[in-house]
Formats: sequence, C-alpha cells, structure tokens
Amino acid sequence: MKKTKTLLVALAVGLMSSTAAIAGDVRVMWYSDGVEGEVIKDLLDRFMKENPGINVILDDVGYKVVQEQLPVELEAGRGPDIARVTNLKTLADHWLDLTPHIADPAYWQANFGDQFDWMRPDGSKIIPGFMTQLTLTGGFANKTLFEQAGVEIPGADATWDEWVEAAGKVQESQQLNAAIAIDRSGHRISAPIVSYGGNYIGPDRMPAPIDEGVKTFARKLVEWTETGRMNKETWVSAAGTTYRAGIDDFINAQVAYYYSGSWQIAALSSKIGDAFDWVATGSPCGTEACTGLPGGAALVGIKYTQNPEEVGKVMDYLASEAVVKEFTERTLFLPAHKSVAAGALDFKTDDANVKGALDVFVKATGQVHPNANALPAWKWATPIYGVLVTRISQVMAGELSIDDAFVRIDEDIKAQVEAAQ
Amino acid sequence: MTVSSPRRVLSGAGAILMAPVALVARLLDPPLSALQRVGGTNGMAAFFLLPNMAVFGIFVLFPLVINIIYSMTGGTALFLTDRTFVGAAQYQRLFDCRSYVDPKSCTDDLFWTAVWNTAGFVVVQVVFMVVVALVTALVLNRDLKARSFWRAVFFFPVLLSPVVVGLVWRWILQRQGLLNFGLYELGLTPVNWLVERNWAFAAAVGVSIWAHVGFYALILLAGLQAIPKDLYEAAEMDGTRPARVFWRITLPLLAPNLLVVLVLVLIRAVQIFDEVYVLTGGGPGTATLYLTQYIYEVGFASFLRNPGLASAASILMGAVLIVLTLFQLGIARRNEMRGKR
Amino acid sequence: MSRVTEFIFRRRGGRGWHWTDAFTWFWLIGGFVMMFGPAIWLVNSSFKSPAALAEFPPTILPYVTAAATVEGHEKPLPLYEVTQPDGSTKVLAEVRRVGTVAQMVDPAVPGETVRVNIQDRKPVREVAFAVTNYVQPFLSFDFFRYLRNSVFVTVMATIITLLTNSMAAFALSKYNFRGRSFVMLIIIATLMVPLSVILVPLYSAITAMGLSNSLWGVILPTVATPTGVFMLRQYMLTIPDELIDAARMDKASEWQIYWRIILPLTAPALAVLAIFSVVWRWNDFLWPLIVLTRRELFTLQIALNTYAGETNIQWHFLLAMTVVTMIPVVLVFVFLQRFITTGIAGAGLK
Repeated sequence: MKKTKTLLVALAVGLMSSTAAIAGDVRVMWYSDGVEGEVIKDLLDRFMKENPGINVILDDVGYKVVQEQLPVELEAGRGPDIARVTNLKTLADHWLDLTPHIADPAYWQANFGDQFDWMRPDGSKIIPGFMTQLTLTGGFANKTLFEQAGVEIPGADATWDEWVEAAGKVQESQQLNAAIAIDRSGHRISAPIVSYGGNYIGPDRMPAPIDEGVKTFARKLVEWTETGRMNKETWVSAAGTTYRAGIDDFINAQVAYYYSGSWQIAALSSKIGDAFDWVATGSPCGTEACTGLPGGAALVGIKYTQNPEEVGKVMDYLASEAVVKEFTERTLFLPAHKSVAAGALDFKTDDANVKGALDVFVKATGQVHPNANALPAWKWATPIYGVLVTRISQVMAGELSIDDAFVRIDEDIKAQVEAAQ
Repeated sequence: MTVSSPRRVLSGAGAILMAPVALVARLLDPPLSALQRVGGTNGMAAFFLLPNMAVFGIFVLFPLVINIIYSMTGGTALFLTDRTFVGAAQYQRLFDCRSYVDPKSCTDDLFWTAVWNTAGFVVVQVVFMVVVALVTALVLNRDLKARSFWRAVFFFPVLLSPVVVGLVWRWILQRQGLLNFGLYELGLTPVNWLVERNWAFAAAVGVSIWAHVGFYALILLAGLQAIPKDLYEAAEMDGTRPARVFWRITLPLLAPNLLVVLVLVLIRAVQIFDEVYVLTGGGPGTATLYLTQYIYEVGFASFLRNPGLASAASILMGAVLIVLTLFQLGIARRNEMRGKR
Repeated sequence: MSRVTEFIFRRRGGRGWHWTDAFTWFWLIGGFVMMFGPAIWLVNSSFKSPAALAEFPPTILPYVTAAATVEGHEKPLPLYEVTQPDGSTKVLAEVRRVGTVAQMVDPAVPGETVRVNIQDRKPVREVAFAVTNYVQPFLSFDFFRYLRNSVFVTVMATIITLLTNSMAAFALSKYNFRGRSFVMLIIIATLMVPLSVILVPLYSAITAMGLSNSLWGVILPTVATPTGVFMLRQYMLTIPDELIDAARMDKASEWQIYWRIILPLTAPALAVLAIFSVVWRWNDFLWPLIVLTRRELFTLQIALNTYAGETNIQWHFLLAMTVVTMIPVVLVFVFLQRFITTGIAGAGLK
C-alpha cells in the first residue's frame, strides 16, 4: 500500500492480525500443472534439513492466484518472498535483484543468462530468478491413426497446409470429428504467424499494425474451421481471452494432429497410456520459418521480501545443477539450465513416446526464429495474444467478417496501448 | 425402551446452544435500556441499524464511491494514488456508438454486445425462473408424502458452488458429453449444444434456473403455507371456480413473497457470471457474453487490465439497476399501502 | 376438506386422477431426475482415473482395463477381447503394441505370442473405483486445517450476519424515522453490486486495516448482506404492529421487544437466511482467493483451487475433494430443514 493507506487508516476498525514476517521465514508461492508441486516440496524439505535456520513455507496455490491475485498484492508492495510466475515481463518491476544475495552470479549468468531479459525491465542488468522450465510450442501427431489410414506422417519441412491436408486424409479415412486441434490461445498461434513472416514488434519497440503474416495465418485458421478440418468448439465455445485446451480431442483420438507445446508431454503420457502411439513433430513450416514459440515459468525473488539473504540461499539451492537435474527428470520438463540441457538426462518415465517427444522438442529449440525469440522479452506480447484470440474466434463464430476483425484487432491494440500510457 | 426421536434430540441441542445466547441477550438488557432512556425509542432504531450499516459502509459503500473515482482515471495501475485523472474519457469510449442497438457500430463493441445479451438473458431468465419456482412451490404445497424429501430434491443444487454447477453441466452438454451420448444411444441426432448460439443461450438460462430455483421455490412455498385455509373454504362455499381462486386468493396473498423473489431473481440475473462463465465461457462467439464477464475480463483477467474502463461499465450497470429497483420499490410501496387500507 | 382446497392442494385416494395429480407426479419425478442426475454423475466421476475422466464418450461407471499377471512378465498385462479370423472371440493379454499391430499372448499358454491388428481387439473393462482420488489428497493436503478454517469462517460469518441483519431489518420495518426509505434504497441498490466490481477498492480497505491474510478479512465484508436485510425486513413487515404496541404498554424495552418478540416470530426467515449464509460462505471463492495467500489460512474452496494449474487441471483430485466439501453443507441442510418445517408450519397457523 502506498499513499492510499493514510487515507484509509482513518477507517480502520482495528488491527486484527500481524502480517510481519518472522526472520528466517521464506514463503514460496507455487502453482502446479502436474507433479511439480510434490517434487519441489521434496526438494525444499531436503533444503531445510541442510539449513536448519531457514524455514521455507510452500504456498501451493491455483494458477488463478498467480495470475490475478499476485499482481494486486505486488502493487500494494507486499507478496511472498519467492514466486513461480509466467507473467514475467509485465510484472518485472517487482522482482528482486538476486545478484548481491547469491553465491556465484557468474554461474547463474552462464547457465540461465539467455532468459534474464524475459523477466527484467528493458535495459536492466539484474538477476531476478531462473526459469523452472522452458517450453516450446509444437505439434503432436497420432501415429497410430496415420498408420491406420495409410497416410504418411509429413516430414520435418512440411508446411501447415501439407499437415492439414495429410491430417484431413486421416480424418476422412478414419471418420474423425476433425483433422487438427489448436489450443485457444494467442500464444499458440503466434508461432505459425511468425513462420508466415508475421512480426508484432514495430521499429520503436511498440506494437506495429498487424501484417500479412498475421492475416495469412488468421485466414487459414478460419478456413480450416469452416471446412471442418479444425475442431470448432475449442475456439468458438468461449468469448474473450479464455484459454481452452484442445488436448481432450487428441487424447481420445478424435483428431490426428494437435498443436500445443512441450508442457503437454506429461499429461499426454498419463492420459493416453497405451491407447495409441503419438509423436512430437516440432512446428510445421510457413513461408518464412518452421519455428515454435518459446516460453515457460520462472521462479523469481520478490523485491518486498524482508529476508533477501535467505531468499538468495533458497534460490541458490534450487538453481544448483544437481537440483535442477533432478527436478527436470522427475517433472519431464525441458530444462532451462545450459549444462543440464547439454548433459545426459534420464527422464523418469517408462513411456517410450515421452522420450522421443522430449528429444524432438530439445532439437526444435535450435530452430527458433529470432522474431519468435523476441516475443517473451517484449511486454506487449501478452495483450496482443489476447486481442488475437478474442477477434479471430468471433470470425469463426460467424459474428465478424475477417476484414472487420483485422480492423478491430488494430483498434483494440491501439486502445490497450493508450489505456496503459 | 424409548428412543428419543431425532427431532427431539435436535431441539434439545438447539436449546442448549441457545442458552448462552439468551444469557448474553439478558445481560445486554440493562445497559441498552439505559441507552433507550437517553436516546428515546427512535434513537434505538439508530442503535439497531448501526452494526449493519457500519460494516456496510466500510465494505460496500466506501468501495463503491471509490469505484466512481476509479471510473474517471486511466492507466493499468491498481491503486488510486498511482492513477491519472482522465475525466469522462472512459464513459466517452463506452458511449461512442453510431447506433446503440448495433454493437458493431460502437468503439467498444464488446460492451454493447454484453449489454444486449444481458438484457435478453434477464427478460427470458426472470420469466422462466419465476414460473418454474411458482409451479414447484404449488406442487410442493400439495398434500404430499415425504414433502421435506421432495423439497430437498429441488433445493439440492443451491448447495453446490457455481463453479461446480457450470462444470458438471459443461460435461453433460459438450459435444461428446453425456446428453449427446444418450441421444446417440436413442438413435437421435446429437446436437452441439454449446456451439449453437440458441442452444448455448438456452443452456445458460436453463442451468442458472436449475441451480437456483430451489431457493425461490422455498420462499414461495413459505408464502403459500401462510395463506389461511379458511379463505379457501369460504371461496368454496361461494362456489368459486378453482382458476379464479388461484388468481383471486393465492396470487394476491402471495404477492409479498413474489416481490421478494422477483427482486432477487432480477438482481441475480443481471449479475449472472460464475456458472455461465464456466459453462459457455461467453461463447459461442460472444453469444453468452454478459456484463459481469465483460467487467471481469477488462478489469481483472486480461493481461493489460483496465480498471477505469471496468469501473465505468460497472457504474453504468449499477445506474440501470437502481432505476429498476426504484420501479420495483414503487410497486412494493403501493402494495404496502393497499395492505394497510 | 372442501373440494376446492382439495383441487388445488391435494389428492385424496379413491376419486380418480385429476390432471393436476398427474402433473404433480410428472414434476416431482422429472425434478428428481433433473436435480439429482448431474449430482450423482459428479460423485460417480470423482471415482474415475484421470484417463477415464478425459474419455469420450463418457461412461456412467468408472471403468479400467482389466489386467492379468502372465507367467514370464513382471507387470500385469492388459486384457483384450480379440476377434479371431474365424469370427469367434478370445481373451488375450497384450505384451506390447507397435503401431497398428499388437503382440498378444494367451494367459493360459504364456509361451506363444500372436500378432493381432488393433482393430480386431477390444479392451476388457471392469468397474473399479479410483479411491486414490480421495486418499492421496488426504495424505498430501492439509485437509483438517482447511476444514477448520472453512468452519470458522462459515460459523462466525453466519452468526454475525443473522445478528446484524435482523437488527437492521427490525429498525427498517418497525420504526418510522426520517431517511428510512433512503437507507432501504441504498441497501437495495447495493444488492446490485457484484463483488468483482468493487474488488480492488475493497482489497485496499482490507489491506489498510491489516486484515489481508486474516480470516476476519474474509468474514467481515460478507456479513452485511443486503439480501438478508431485505428478506428479513419483508418478513418482519407481516408481524402485526399491535404485538409491539402491547409490549410497549407492558414497559418492555426496545431490546426486549427485538429479542423476545421479533426474533422468535422471525425464526422461519432466520432459518432460511442461516441456510443461505452457510451455503454462501462455504462456497465463497473469489473473495477468499484475493484475501488469503497463505496456506495455513486457506479455506477448503481455495485449497481445492490448488489443483487448477496453468494448462492442466487435476480433475480427479478436484472432483473428489469437491464431493468431500459438499458433505458438510448437505448435512447442515438436512438438519436445519427440520427447523424450517416446524417454522413454516408455525407461521401457517397464525
């Protein structure tokens, strides 16, 4: 709370609780998509045994809290001591500079340095934290369905059109509901947009008017929906920026091809089991590139902590090579740590599909187009993702013509920029 | 051997629970009587109002006033002191339309889409909700065996959280959901309930009725049971036709409860959010995008939040509602007068 | 009993069926299926494994693929019903599957593997309740602490709600003072304000009072429910003023009138409000989510939300714990509803 506080104090009925942090306490706000909550709990328990003076409290919360509540708390100058977040750039002003509190900044720089720009204000040189995992968007094909249909899986340099055509043949031969599914998310479609030459970032680092790349892929999406190649409800049955995953259709072998990302591997493995064989395919090509879009979640220190020294110790422990390696192997995440990524990883799974898929994604990391690589470090990326989803799904629902949608997209982005000034 | 009935055990437990409360109430009497001697009878009215109004003032009214100030500021910052004053700019944006009936002609087309969607939803939902609640109450008021069981049946969904309600119905209505599975087994053509505009709207109305009808039926049932039986007997002696009895006795005497129900249903309908948000997400397209969802998305959920715009929209929504309330209060006042005559 | 009353209210045996009787039963049975069906399905689903939950089309009961231990294989192998080339069927265990061809083995003859096209086999399924959905959260999830927090919030909020709302409703229904309509208007006007609208200013107020990350910060803003005041006031208006006048003649203080006359007579409405308060506070989600960020203060609903991640929701745990959190409200309703029965009957006698 800043100045408003003085105004409000007059109204206070009484101080009922003390929120002062006890020295030595470190609160970690964490959300989980799968088993990573249990893994981190294990690791922290081990840390506390080795460092009896530091009491780490893991606040396991829903993603909604991280996304909607944490920003409010941060603006009030409060919050946990460490948090696992995905909104790295927008909130970058609230992260703690760990440099004076960690043992070996050079180690951090060498292993995590490539992603620091994703999570610090433009031009700043601080070390705010590290990525708990990297993600990369990419596709998954139902190998068994392709085999049953006698259609060959398109190769590494196949374009989106070729993929949809091949998946369409599978759809017809196997009586599927649709050929492909793509998550309802602006982040997901931004990779193909870049592949088709799209670039959101203007010369002044502000949002540029949408270009041909955006328009080309948006037209394709709408066309696939209209011709029944793409599953309608994933995109149409929601308004606004609501996220909807297309994973259920893929799990149930209702689509031949699913475009999502590396983070789905663990879920696919546990939910598909032995029902069919699936492979990761990297990202299909556009006219300019065959890129995926990188991203991920980071563990960052919070500027408002009372115990920065302890925070540094916890972060040092969690960022150490052995711990990152164990975390990665148990959670089936792609590691962000350079030497862990370079070394041999023994992922804890006996599903052959998983190891193959992880290899494909690790390889695809090397083919990321510079325009895609720039997006995670650009603060206007997420608002644009939201606008794209909102408007394109309206076109799919038949509420807007595609050309009106393009006009609206530009207007919406402009309004967002103005509102934020 | 005697076994005490569950009800007796309960009322016994109730008495034990109430004993300390009664003691406190008695202890409070002397100081409060003194207060009454100082403040007079009407002064006590202020005392009775105070606790509620204090809480109300701090936690509802004050934020509401602040909200009006928010609506005149811009930027993405959350706290008022960090925000810049922009005057009526947010309202100008919302009202910038060539035609209010056609959302596409507006700068903020989604706001007006939400406005008209909400209006349509309110009209349809309020009518159906009141009718279904009334029919349910009339049915439950009949001489049924195990009436409390049947009442519980209809009340049960009220106990569920809105998120659960939306979710369960989503699973039932989605393309590969339980309902289509059933239709398929019966040899009927499945319908993509949540992707067809009209069906999605019907689903939103239906699910919100499903979730809350027990609440309103209960209020109406209490009213029906309070109608003296001898009125009906007198009507019967006069040879009045049953339909006429319903219109002339049941409905007028039920009017106070109906009014409560109407007000509450209307308010809840305008504020509809959680269950529909989980059920349809506002889709297909924007067919079930309602005002609260719009406000929530603009102010909270989108990555670049715009609290000023959200506040302006919410204040417009509140203004419309106050007009509606005044209108309903007018009816209530007239009824009270008639009751006194 | 008169014919008209009977006509509208009840059916007596022996005189044949009127259409209203048929309608009543149609409504009751239809209501039973509509109201309980989805809930029963919810409970059913909570016993399904993650894979079964994602399955299209859904099954009514939780099924898993049957497995059998076959000599020479460490892990149990899944069983399939295989259609033989001659049209007969046989149950075989699958050793492994490569693409569209499965290598299968007859459990009775473990030595021989048979190659089967996967289109010719159907899994043998058996009903199995995934009890781990319930057990696992109890082990890793601090259930009893969350339960205690939820109970504390619900009970305190309900008591304070009943007290403050009934006092305010009494003042607004039985006193004539200047500004009464105005107060009423404000209360009803704010009925209209959805929480999401005042979230930010409300959060500022709570923080300024030092109530964030405190259960009282969850309780206090909810207790001045306009709905409660409105409902109780409407009910109190039906209490005859003569009762109060008579009590005043007997020199009863205003507090005594409230306590000894108004409250008992309002009991049915209070019981209804109590039920709703319990249900509302128990199910509250958005506000506690904003106020509470520390695990030791979580209420059950907030703790449940932990299972909702960014891209993946652990439905199996979420559903199981939802069912568990439903139990207390259902119990409260079952118990309190007896009081309503007597309360409403009592009100009907007057």
